[in-house]
Amino acid sequence: MLRQTSRLLARSIATTQQPIRLMGARPMSTDMPATPVEDSTFVESWKKVAPNIDPPRTPSAFMKPRPSTPSTIPSKITVNFVLPYASELTSKEVDMVIIPATTGQMGVLPGHVPTIAELKPGVLSVHEGNDVKKYFLSSGFVFVHANSVADIVVVEAVPIDHIDQNLVQKGLADFTQKLSSATTELEKAEAQIGIDVHSALNSALAG
Amino acid sequence: MAMAAALRREGRRFASPLISSQPITHVRSSLIPEYGTDNSLLFQLRNCPHESIFVIPKMEHVPLGARSISTQIVRNRMKSVKNIQKITKAMKMVAASKLRLIQTRAENSRGLWQPFTALLGDTPTVDVKKNVIVTISSDKGLCGGINSTSVKVSRAINRLTSGPDKETNYVILGEKAKVQLIRDSKKSITMCMTELQRNPLNYTQVSVLADDILKNVEYDALRIVFNKFQSVVSFIPTMATVLSPEVVEREAESEGKLGDLDSYEIEGGETKGEILQNLSEFQFSCVLFNAVMENACSEQGARMSAMDSSSRNAGDMLDRLTLTYNRTRQASITTELTEIISGAAALEG
Repeated sequence: MLRQTSRLLARSIATTQQPIRLMGARPMSTDMPATPVEDSTFVESWKKVAPNIDPPRTPSAFMKPRPSTPSTIPSKITVNFVLPYASELTSKEVDMVIIPATTGQMGVLPGHVPTIAELKPGVLSVHEGNDVKKYFLSSGFVFVHANSVADIVVVEAVPIDHIDQNLVQKGLADFTQKLSSATTELEKAEAQIGIDVHSALNSALAG
Repeated sequence: MAMAAALRREGRRFASPLISSQPITHVRSSLIPEYGTDNSLLFQLRNCPHESIFVIPKMEHVPLGARSISTQIVRNRMKSVKNIQKITKAMKMVAASKLRLIQTRAENSRGLWQPFTALLGDTPTVDVKKNVIVTISSDKGLCGGINSTSVKVSRAINRLTSGPDKETNYVILGEKAKVQLIRDSKKSITMCMTELQRNPLNYTQVSVLADDILKNVEYDALRIVFNKFQSVVSFIPTMATVLSPEVVEREAESEGKLGDLDSYEIEGGETKGEILQNLSEFQFSCVLFNAVMENACSEQGARMSAMDSSSRNAGDMLDRLTLTYNRTRQASITTELTEIISGAAALEG
């Protein structure tokens, strides 16, 4: 009974608070649809097995709706740049992004063919008009969808101007030394990863 | 008289052995409620809703020495209920502050799983041979019903995905679900992790955990069961599905929900299979991270509301006990006065 009252409460809150959403503002948890769309086949098969328990919700119920594929190429690409701790950019419309894929730097323009790209440590630059914002990414994935939405999911990202040159040099020297003194395969692999990341950082700072 | 007043002020804790001299006898009798005579008092006591909380005294006249104990019992109970109320209030404050800390982080992590669902879709009804149910629960108790809900949902998912030729296993995160599931599904528990929240939750820890699970468990589909934090009073049991790369390929070929996965170009890596493997592992760690954070939020929120209702119940109980105590005390004073007055009246005429 308590769950019903809380659901009714959530519904009343959702309908009374229809805020003017700013571009790129994240919805608050009270703004989420109170009765989300449910997967009907799942609900039916659930009811057969466990009629007394409410079926659990699935992530599609909580998804923010995505734009549909337009017939003409849109002028701007919508970027979602997410990290585990924050969403750096949410539905931001930009002209171009350059991503550090494992096969090299890749530019993504509006109307790009749908792609799944794995990233290596490198620089991501977001171009909007004359603004260029650069971030150093550790690694992750980029999905470019047919509706000119690019999802960049990375583990760690820092703006370029937050990186300290001296610490990068020191780190590079440290890991080079570790590689030379490494004995096991694991240590060699770890040292190699450290060198890769630090040299990428170096080249990022260079230009 | 001063002695009597002092005794009354002392809270009547002194039992009868201390009181022996004559002038104070009438004070002693004031401590003793005459239950046998006052039927209305007994009636009130009997109909008190929480009558189980104190003993109804016997109807016959108990020897004078023992009768002061009944208010003592009530007073002890009042003291313990008051202490419980203080503890639950403090626990509520602690849970509220922890919730504030973790809520911003959980809401920031909500963007993490959306790209994966946008790409790979949501497939709760996928039909696979090896299902693994990852149940996320808390380590500590006193957090309302969220752990039981998770376990109930996990068991129902087990029934849903079981069938001939199929096997379902559990991976349990958190002590509370382990205790419940070990009772009837001991054989199907593959892995169990506890004490996740000893250090503040971060992505590195969860990714190591995800790596561990992926290495040691054979799976076609992973179903993560957790409580999604919607608001401070509402926690929704949710099930997220992560498929293994082979199943993703199979579903993409069979034109199911993942039908348009083939239209995506794969950049980098040698083979498509390798990229899909990395993708699946990354998806699992991201979804698990969000699930663990949401569950931690739900735990603190549930604890807050559970402790709040506890404090309120304790307050109610304390009010009722106080009323009973005062009624008892006043009844005994009235009895004493009546005795004196009737004694005096008898003397006069």
